[in-house]
Amino acid sequence: MGKVKCECGHVNPNGTILCESCGRALTEEARQEKLVDMRYEGSARRSQTYNKTIIDKVWNFFSSVKVGIWIIVLLLVAASFGTILPQEFYIPSNMPAETYYEDVYGTFGKLYYMIGFHDLYNSVWFSALIAALGVSLVIASLDRVIPLYRALKNQRVDRHESFMKKQRLFAEQSGTLNASELENVKAELIKKRYKVRMENGALLAEKNRFTRWGPYVNHVGLIIFLLGALLRSVPGMYIDELLWIREGETLQVPGTDGTYYVKNNGFTLENYEEGEDPEVFDEAINRVGTVAKNYQTDAVLYRDENNELPGAKPELTEVQSDAIQVNQPMKFDSFAIYQTSFRQDEMKAMHFALTNKATGEEYGEITVDLFDQQKSYELGNGYKVELLGYYPDFDGFTEAGEPTSKSPLPNNPAFLFNMVTPETPEGEVSFAQIRNTMEPLGETVYKMAFKSLDTRDVSALTIRKDLTLPILAIGGIIFMIGVVQGSYWNHRRLWIREKNGQVYVAGHTNKNWHGLKREIHAVLKETSIPEPEDRQKE
Amino acid sequence: MDKKKKRLFMRSAILAVLAGLVVYALYTNLTKESRGSLEAGDKAPDFVLTDVNGETHQLSDYEGKGVFLNFWGTWCEPCKEEMPHMEKLANEFKGEVEILAVNVGESNFQVTNFAEQYGLTFPIAIDEGKEVMDTYGVDPLPTTFMIKPDGTIDQIVIGGLIEEEQVRALFERVKPSS
Repeated sequence: MGKVKCECGHVNPNGTILCESCGRALTEEARQEKLVDMRYEGSARRSQTYNKTIIDKVWNFFSSVKVGIWIIVLLLVAASFGTILPQEFYIPSNMPAETYYEDVYGTFGKLYYMIGFHDLYNSVWFSALIAALGVSLVIASLDRVIPLYRALKNQRVDRHESFMKKQRLFAEQSGTLNASELENVKAELIKKRYKVRMENGALLAEKNRFTRWGPYVNHVGLIIFLLGALLRSVPGMYIDELLWIREGETLQVPGTDGTYYVKNNGFTLENYEEGEDPEVFDEAINRVGTVAKNYQTDAVLYRDENNELPGAKPELTEVQSDAIQVNQPMKFDSFAIYQTSFRQDEMKAMHFALTNKATGEEYGEITVDLFDQQKSYELGNGYKVELLGYYPDFDGFTEAGEPTSKSPLPNNPAFLFNMVTPETPEGEVSFAQIRNTMEPLGETVYKMAFKSLDTRDVSALTIRKDLTLPILAIGGIIFMIGVVQGSYWNHRRLWIREKNGQVYVAGHTNKNWHGLKREIHAVLKETSIPEPEDRQKE
Repeated sequence: MDKKKKRLFMRSAILAVLAGLVVYALYTNLTKESRGSLEAGDKAPDFVLTDVNGETHQLSDYEGKGVFLNFWGTWCEPCKEEMPHMEKLANEFKGEVEILAVNVGESNFQVTNFAEQYGLTFPIAIDEGKEVMDTYGVDPLPTTFMIKPDGTIDQIVIGGLIEEEQVRALFERVKPSS
């Protein structure tokens, strides 16, 4: 049971249409056909034979090319839905997605969000579809390549005349084969790089069988590619982090578990200057104002030798120093640090002068670092300024009259100073902002006059590591090898045999029938062997 | 017959491998967001910080005592509200439950000024590189981790603790039993 024994004696797997060995039709349907269906050599596609258990049913489902194509169509359609509105990743980060879509796109946006299209490419069902495609690729390929391999390996030289009769290229003639003539044909075929086998006076010439594996090689590449994409979500394989770093700051490099620190030694933005730079830029400068020439962060990379516990004081040793420019990242280990963005002129320090309100005389200037303040600033000669409070993002006073800050960022710095002078040894309180002073505790003799502002730039760096790239590249290369292998060669076969005073000639190729016909013509034209005719006019 | 069994076995094996890969892919994709974040019951990651008085505090040194690990900032209103409760209960539970207040990287002046203003006596450390904050995945302030004497997290409280009784209840839960 489960086997089909052909008249020729070869035992074929159940479901075989054409005997693997001699090519006799094994099913009633195949016997009726005028031309045999040579797809997969008439071998038993395994999926079609057993359909008993759940495993078999699942197997058969994924084995179907029809199912595979439907999965691809569904994926394409689904992926296109994700392009109708911007994905969640691209909406402004300060807006909650729940309200953003409705606010901006109305009812349609609300619906879009509710269905989950706002994060389509990370959704379970989209991932499941891709997974189904992967499974379909594996199973459909296995289910075809193994029987095809078997059939091509087991094929006999002297195929049954019924097989030959049903080939698209076929001729028969009464007569016998001349042995020396056949030898000549063989030599000609070998010259055309055919592999020729002879048995019982029959001849089989075959070339480029490897091209039949093209699609399967291609699928292997695709599966490797999918595996590479899958590996991205494995911790440690793929890192993509953003780091905002101010000039002068030394910060941990995210994604390196605290092993590395980076210092920003300065950010530079250069523009093309009219007249100084090549003339080709002049027109653009006139049209748009400025044209950027260079975005650069001078960075130093350090390794932390004391990285056992979070919070431990880092002990930094310099690893390398480099100018990070757009498309010229700093590279170390498998990481690369890219220049991504910048913000210019963030407030860094403020200068105030202790000033007599009446005379305008100044008694010295203090510099308050917005990131590291002092408790008091000595000016000498009995003059001193004490800092009572610092409000980096001042936004008003509480009911109790206490100044408040709405964030730790120095967006709107304000200070509560106590000014101590020989005249006012107890001190006078002044509330100072940029270009504004207040006297919350009553009229004062002195004031803290705002003088100037120090600013610095902030650079945004992207830290990226991708260990899946080589896998994706290998997958892609194998994919292309498969495409080339399957596309640029044709699997050609020619059968010649004599039986009961009849000479049979048949030819088959998987594509480019014209090429095969020309080759056969060249080989057979000088002989008495009939040239096979194409019975299926295109 | 035997061959059929073999085939069934092969198919099951291949399907099992594929199913395993698919489940893994879906799982890692779905847990990408929450991966690495702490939950009640997890071991509290160890860290070391130097407080504003120059003393070093390592979390593992507190084993055997409850720890009230509080992340705060000087600008944050609810942080200001809970500080007096914390100060009061720190004294009440001295030796049993310790407070470690971690400031999220403001200047020394701001932190000491704040501590003086509120009369805080428990240790306050500044997490300059925000390393500890990142390790604990702290986002909104204040966030409080209640750590049991065995070093596991009992509760994570996000947001301000307005009532003294709330804070007392938290302290009671992580008090060493003896």
